[in-house]
Amino acid sequence: MMFLAAVAALVVTVLLALVRAYLGPTVYDRVLSVNAIGTMTVLLIAAVGFLMERPDFLDIALVYALINFIGTIAVLRYIKRRRARDAEEAS
Amino acid sequence: MRHALSLFAVLYGLWLVLSGHYTPFLLAIGVVCTAFAVAVAMRMDVVDHEGHPIHLGFRIVLYWGWLTIQILVSALTVTRIVLSPRPRIDPVLETVPSSQTSDLGKVIFANSITLTPGTLTTSVTTDGIEVHALTRRGMDQLKEGDMDRRVTAVEGGS
Amino acid sequence: MIVDILSWIAIGIGAAFILVGGLGLIRMPDFFTRLHATSVADTAGAGFILLGLMLQAGLSLTSFKLVLIFVFLVFTAPTAAHALAHAALLDGIRPWTRKPKDPAP
Repeated sequence: MMFLAAVAALVVTVLLALVRAYLGPTVYDRVLSVNAIGTMTVLLIAAVGFLMERPDFLDIALVYALINFIGTIAVLRYIKRRRARDAEEAS
Repeated sequence: MRHALSLFAVLYGLWLVLSGHYTPFLLAIGVVCTAFAVAVAMRMDVVDHEGHPIHLGFRIVLYWGWLTIQILVSALTVTRIVLSPRPRIDPVLETVPSSQTSDLGKVIFANSITLTPGTLTTSVTTDGIEVHALTRRGMDQLKEGDMDRRVTAVEGGS
Repeated sequence: MIVDILSWIAIGIGAAFILVGGLGLIRMPDFFTRLHATSVADTAGAGFILLGLMLQAGLSLTSFKLVLIFVFLVFTAPTAAHALAHAALLDGIRPWTRKPKDPAP
C-alpha cells in the first residue's frame, strides 16, 4: 500500500523532470533532469521490487545507480570537449 | 600494504554479501577475483591514504552522524522555500575559506557542502571553496565555519 | 507492527521530499537553484525511502543491499552535482540573482 504511494510520487517526479528536460533552456538543465530521472529510477526499481515481492530487483537498482553516475559524467565530458573544439574552430 | 589488505577485506566482504551463495567453489573464485581487483588497483596506484582512507577511523562515522542532521535541517529549509507561493530566494556565489591541509580533507568539506541542500560547491582552490548558496542566510551559516572546523578535526594530523 | 508504522512514515516522508525535488525542478528560476531543489530529492528523499524499505526488510541481506544503494547514491550525488555546476560556470552560465545591478563575480 505504502509502496504504491512511493511509486506514485516517484513517477510524478520523473514526469516533472521530463517536462524540465523538454523545456531546457540550457543543455545543463537537461543533463540535470536526466540525472534526477536516473536517481528516481534507482529508487523506483527498489520500490517496485518490494511491491512485487522480488528483492532480487535490488541488484539491478545497485548497478543502475553506478551506470547513472558514469553516464552523467560521460555526457558532461562530451559537452565540454565539444565546446572546447567549437571555440577552437571559431577562433 | 596495510591499505591493500584492508581493500582486499572490504572487497571480499562485498563479494560475500552480494553473491549470497556460499559453496567452496564460489568462495574460491571470490578470492581470485578480489585479488585480481586489488592487483589492478595497485597497478593504477590508487591504493593509498587518499584512495582508501582508513586512517580517518571512527571520527568519520561521528561526522556522518552530525552531517545527517545538517542535511535534514537544510532539506526542510529548502522544502519550505520550494513550496512557498512566492519563493524568497537570494542566490549568492562567494568563496568560503577552508582550513584543511590535505586534499582529502578539502574533498570531504566540498562534498559535505554539496550534499547539504541549499549550498553547492562550484570549484575548489588552494585558499578556499567557491560556493553557490540558495539564500544569503545559508551562505552566512556556512561562513560561521562550524562545518569547516569539524572537517578539519576529522582530517586530524594525517 | 510498530516497525511497520515507522516504515510507512519514513516512506511517506521520503515520497514528500521526492515530490518537492520534482516541483523545485519546475518552479525554480535558473539552473543553479534547480540543482539545489534536486539535491533535496537526492539526499533526504532517497534516504527516507530506502530507510522505509530497510525497516520492511528487517535485518537481512536485502537490508544490506539497500544500505549499499544509499552509500553509492550519497557518494556519487555530490560529485555529479559539482561536475554539472562547474561545467555550467565554465560555459559562461551566470547564476540568477535578486538584484540585476549587482552581478555575481
